[in-house]
Amino acid sequence: MGEFEVHRVRFFGLVPAGVRCMAYQHNGRRLALARTDGAVEVYNFAANYYMEKVSGGRERGGQGWRLFGAGLSGDITEYDLERLRPARAVDGFGGPIWSMAANNDGTRLAIGCEDGSVKLFQVVPGGGVQFEKNLDRQKGRVLCLSWHPSGTHLAAGSIDFIRVLDVHSGRTAQRIMVNCHVPKSKKRECVVWSIAFLSSGTVISSDSFGRVQFWDWERGTLQDSHTVSSSAALSLAVSEKEDSIVVGTSAGATYQFQLLPVKAGGQEKRWVRTKPFQHHTHDVRAVVHTPTALISGGLDAQLVIRPLMEKVQKKGYDAALRKFTLPHRRLVSCARKARLLLFQFSQHLELWRLGSTNKTGKDGETLPLSRMPEHLLQLKSKGPEHIYCSCVSPCGSWIAYSTASRFHLYRVQHEGDSISVKKVPGVPKLLLPAYQLLCASDSGRLFIASDRGSVHVVQLLEPGGCKHLHTLRPPAGTREAVYLLASSADGNWLAAVSGDWEVHVYSLKHFKHHCTVPTYSCAVTALAIHPTTNNLFISYSDQQLFEFSIPEKQYTAWSRAVQNSGLHKLWLERDSPITHIAFNPKNTSQVLLHDVYMLCVLDKSLPLPDDSAVLVNQSTLKQLSEPARRRQLHAFKICKKFQVGSPLLFADLLDERCLVTVERPALDISAQLPPPVQQKKFGT
Amino acid sequence: MHGARAVFSVGARFLLCASGDFVKMYSVATEELVQLLRGHSDLVTGVQLAPHNRLQTFTVGYQLLALYALPSSEDSVFVIIPKSGERDTFQLVSVKLTKAAGQDMEAKELSVVLEGVDASPKCTAFGREGEYVASVKDVNLQVYFFKQKQLNRFSLRATNKKGGNNVFTCVACHPQEDCIATGHADGKIRLWRNFNHKKEYTFSTLHWHHDKVLDLAFSLEGTSLLSGGVESVLVQWHCGSDCKRDFLPRLGSAIEYVSISSDGTFYCTSHTDNRITIINSNLRFSKTIQGLIKARDVKTGLVVDPRTKALVLNGEPGHLQFYCLQSDKQLYSLDIVQQEYIHQAGLNQSDLVRVAFSAQGKWLATVEEREETDLELQLKLWFFDEETQSFKLNTRISMPHEDHITAMCFRDTDEMEDDSLMLVTTGRDCVFKVWVILEDTDPEAQQSLSWSCDFVGSYHSYQATNCCFSEDGSLLAVSFEETVTVWDSSTWDLKCTFCHPPGKIRSICFGRLTCSKYLIGATDHGFLCCWNLLSCALEWSAHLNVVVLQPDPLSEHIAAVSWLFKESSLFVFKPNEARPICIQRKFCKERIQFAAFVPRDVPETIGSEKYLWLRRSQLFFLTDTQELMTVSTKSAQERLTLSSKQLAVEESLPVTPFSLLLGKHRHQQSQGDVDLGKIVHHHHEQDSPAVKELLHTPAHVLPSASFLCPIFINSLLVSKENKSTEETPDEVEMESEEAEDDSDEENSVTEMKQEDKMPLESLGETTHRLSKSEEKELRKIRKVDYSWISVF
Repeated sequence: MGEFEVHRVRFFGLVPAGVRCMAYQHNGRRLALARTDGAVEVYNFAANYYMEKVSGGRERGGQGWRLFGAGLSGDITEYDLERLRPARAVDGFGGPIWSMAANNDGTRLAIGCEDGSVKLFQVVPGGGVQFEKNLDRQKGRVLCLSWHPSGTHLAAGSIDFIRVLDVHSGRTAQRIMVNCHVPKSKKRECVVWSIAFLSSGTVISSDSFGRVQFWDWERGTLQDSHTVSSSAALSLAVSEKEDSIVVGTSAGATYQFQLLPVKAGGQEKRWVRTKPFQHHTHDVRAVVHTPTALISGGLDAQLVIRPLMEKVQKKGYDAALRKFTLPHRRLVSCARKARLLLFQFSQHLELWRLGSTNKTGKDGETLPLSRMPEHLLQLKSKGPEHIYCSCVSPCGSWIAYSTASRFHLYRVQHEGDSISVKKVPGVPKLLLPAYQLLCASDSGRLFIASDRGSVHVVQLLEPGGCKHLHTLRPPAGTREAVYLLASSADGNWLAAVSGDWEVHVYSLKHFKHHCTVPTYSCAVTALAIHPTTNNLFISYSDQQLFEFSIPEKQYTAWSRAVQNSGLHKLWLERDSPITHIAFNPKNTSQVLLHDVYMLCVLDKSLPLPDDSAVLVNQSTLKQLSEPARRRQLHAFKICKKFQVGSPLLFADLLDERCLVTVERPALDISAQLPPPVQQKKFGT
Repeated sequence: MHGARAVFSVGARFLLCASGDFVKMYSVATEELVQLLRGHSDLVTGVQLAPHNRLQTFTVGYQLLALYALPSSEDSVFVIIPKSGERDTFQLVSVKLTKAAGQDMEAKELSVVLEGVDASPKCTAFGREGEYVASVKDVNLQVYFFKQKQLNRFSLRATNKKGGNNVFTCVACHPQEDCIATGHADGKIRLWRNFNHKKEYTFSTLHWHHDKVLDLAFSLEGTSLLSGGVESVLVQWHCGSDCKRDFLPRLGSAIEYVSISSDGTFYCTSHTDNRITIINSNLRFSKTIQGLIKARDVKTGLVVDPRTKALVLNGEPGHLQFYCLQSDKQLYSLDIVQQEYIHQAGLNQSDLVRVAFSAQGKWLATVEEREETDLELQLKLWFFDEETQSFKLNTRISMPHEDHITAMCFRDTDEMEDDSLMLVTTGRDCVFKVWVILEDTDPEAQQSLSWSCDFVGSYHSYQATNCCFSEDGSLLAVSFEETVTVWDSSTWDLKCTFCHPPGKIRSICFGRLTCSKYLIGATDHGFLCCWNLLSCALEWSAHLNVVVLQPDPLSEHIAAVSWLFKESSLFVFKPNEARPICIQRKFCKERIQFAAFVPRDVPETIGSEKYLWLRRSQLFFLTDTQELMTVSTKSAQERLTLSSKQLAVEESLPVTPFSLLLGKHRHQQSQGDVDLGKIVHHHHEQDSPAVKELLHTPAHVLPSASFLCPIFINSLLVSKENKSTEETPDEVEMESEEAEDDSDEENSVTEMKQEDKMPLESLGETTHRLSKSEEKELRKIRKVDYSWISVF
């Protein structure tokens, strides 16, 4: 008989939204990514590509220096990256905005509108944008824009033509027909999907014919043309040095072009198509060229970071291919006592009851279900805003969720098999939005993470009421919002992590700041307080693990030992952050960690593996004899059974004997995507 | 035509290709063999034009595995040689050429350029203006820059995640830019750039081939890349783009080499089936130079078409080739299987296994089989259509037997009446079947004649292995494992049985003409038996491990080839006497697979008693390695020489009067060799061919009239004067003989080319181009010639 009874949940029908556009900031090494459902995510490359911030929205468009968004609503929105929400919006007055580009020094913003106009906006240093001028308007929506690095000219791509606009005079300096080489009989509409303006005066365009073309803008002549795909070439990005570009096509392939000397040592250089990459199955809608990597995002919701091996100095974390599909956040909350799971979608919540069995079986055996899992409830949020966070109380009778502007609390009544939901009236007007919600283990209190480092404590009252008890604030104050919370099982302690990666511990008895965990240079990805020892267990985005004793206000001996000996090399090279930490109530030394690809039981009583040891050794251990096995044992017991094509979204211990895992098979995700561009495959 | 890329001469008028021990020069315009260059005693492995003298060619052979000549380095060439002391390691060395006048050169100054290169000439290529050399082996590419003396190595992973095979197969360098194209085992082509940087190199991939890329070539300006592989499709890639490419499909068989003429007007592909295709630069098929097609496996044996006297055997997959021996060229190829051949490893395709002609060649029977989980057999009968002059399918019988068909023969009778025609097939399903023609009375039917089964015979459920009709067609002998049964062909009664245990019967045949009362059989256990059909008793037997038993259709002689101690021996005998007429022991070190008597057009007059059996027909053999050999009587000493020990490769000289002439020369030359320096030259034999040559050679390949005149006149002169004349066509001959006499050195610059080609170029043009030193050399050679001739 196995150690745990595992509920393998596969009914979480999450479909991540496709990537629409991306913007990369070189200095901060941060990438902003907008999805088709309007969500904006910010990835921090310095912190191992951790997804730092998420902001709900409705926009579609490009971003600039400070993060701006523009979309089909016709507004330019500036995002408040501290409070993770749209800050200000200005109407562009040109209909839907199809493209947006900021100049090199980030002082001006150009937008391309449906009506064919290109408008310039001044970026106001304090915040917001101010309309500056209209450039020459010509019929046809402006689908893409690119500034000349000097800021004097703008290239704008429309259907069938490219325009180069003089920024100073506002006149059209050059108009290039993209389609003039095609015989008239075969003429189709040629959509210029993406454009880039190089300092040499070369304009690069990618169009719906799958061509990448290089134009001399002053003469309006074609320099070079490469057909990369039979379907459209959708996106284009240039490296900072302007010696390499990356093109994304609707067949899911990305291509790199490089400016290479024709002869060694010669002056003449030419653009040559070099490497093809096929990481996506669908349209590659956005590409970014960083100095060391090609980043592409597609409609298949994948963000792929492909390092350029020749630019990476040493083999290490940056040299590996990364693929992100699912968010680095917890979208599942679990009512341990009531055995309920709450799934968070962008617009609604689903409450499920776990199935149960009355049989017991051997290790590895699949047990028959006596009761099927049951879909109890679907809560739809009103309005267009995305649900930002949600939680269900351990007893299963409270559900809370928050959108960008509203906070909702529901009381769930279980009467036999029927279930009724009542909205709790009189929710206190708090500073919103809430970034994280957490219920105390006795279901008596709800913790609401808010901006400026504050955490609101709300008392949940039977039969259906609530009262704001207190607001906890860090002593020094911060501008960043709290994004992770953890409370102790005895209800005495609460740990909160704010956007500046500081971990504050509060005493709930006295509603007082207790201590601050020493700051570490990486983002916290998950934390939890041990139910018996009250040690705070923290995992960081660089895969480091710390254990901090709250009563003693210092790192524990085990944590120091870990830091001294260092973690296993393979452990540190994993590419997805730990998203949840849980403890085994039966064995106090066991900690349950999981990321998208694995589930790990960390046994603190066992020795740490050194670099020569095999990290993932569970299957080999099984075949060994008892004494040999004992020799080989180490602290990390990693299970990858979940990995094959089904990422692990959530894993938690319901009680001493029961483990629940939520998987999302990748096949199910791809089945819900629209069919990809039909391609003839050899041999089929 | 193997072992080396074909090379176009300057001006793309001639094509030079290595063929066995020779280099053959073909005319591009007429696809005719213009000249045969000799001088090597082993396989020629490389041919290159001398870059500075357009009249010179370099050739290499024996232990020099590949040759490269660069225009930038005038006095040195590059060759790949085995590294001394180590097996299977090769190195690229540069060789300083001495300015000696001789044809062969001994090079002493060697300097190693690259170590550990692949032996194949396709795996090393020289880059733009000879600035670098690229060589691939396994998964490694190494590039050596001569000026910087810098060696860069790049390696790929052996296999990638998607199951690709990254092993390099060939390399080519861009003529203008720093770009290297490499072909890979999984069909990918990589274009490398920036390879002067160790780290920041980059490559792009072109992928169309589904299997190994066998050769690559850049066009003259480097704007397009040609690639070829087993798909037998020539692919032209434009500007390194994956999307823009042109194809020239259906080239017949896998492309082994691709080469381009120096002016870019012609491409040339050498194929695995012993063929060269010349292609216009607009990818239009132009000419083909076809030898005896090398089939994957000759299963049909050697069969003689009675109508054309052509040798018939497997050709392209599923085809039957008709190969004319007299003219040494392929007559035509008949598609039997009539299915698209798909090049894919592990795919079982229908193949032709048996062929039989009726006595006058009116009917052709073929058997094809395909073996997958169960056997698919088809027996097809073809009728010779006089109007179209080709065979037309008459009857198709699927699954004529339950198991493999082992033998098939027609009854050789007067074919005027079709109803007497009879076909017998024997199968491993223990039966033999007799097929006859039925006349369809239905006037609606498309054809009045069709074949159907008449009789099924068996003997103690033994497997039927061979069948044979007697000369008059009255008796049929069928061998069943250890037993030979003789049947009356009119009543299908079993007449008698013969047995010579132990050992199964390997082959049987009836005697002919005066010996028609005898039946000959060869057994597994090395016995050759002769039974008398009248007495039904064993006449004689001999202990001989006979692998091939072949009766001559025009005489009573029977040839038997034995295989003993890894040598093949030939015995020719008459069935009525146990003593062989002719024994030729150990004439070949390879196992003979098949033999055939080909009737001569004109009976030869043979003085020697020993070779009387060759008077009316000629005997040909096919060995394991698909070499075709013949027994010749033409030797001056009446010795049996293997006159046309033609490698299948070499088989391909198309028939021209010139080639015939050369062929004759070759015989004499082989005698010359035997005579150990005592060179006897039969000038009188060449007289008439010289005239013939004049009359038959197409006008556009003829040299100028001023050149031809003396030849013509000389040929009419009596032989005495012939010896003293200087510019006779056999000068070539003598020259090369001289070369052979002292051909101890391998690396030879064939100077004779110089002499020979000069008249062929327009004379006035060439004279002023010759440098003084060359003129000197020429004069020297002429002097040598005189002295040499004056020996006679």
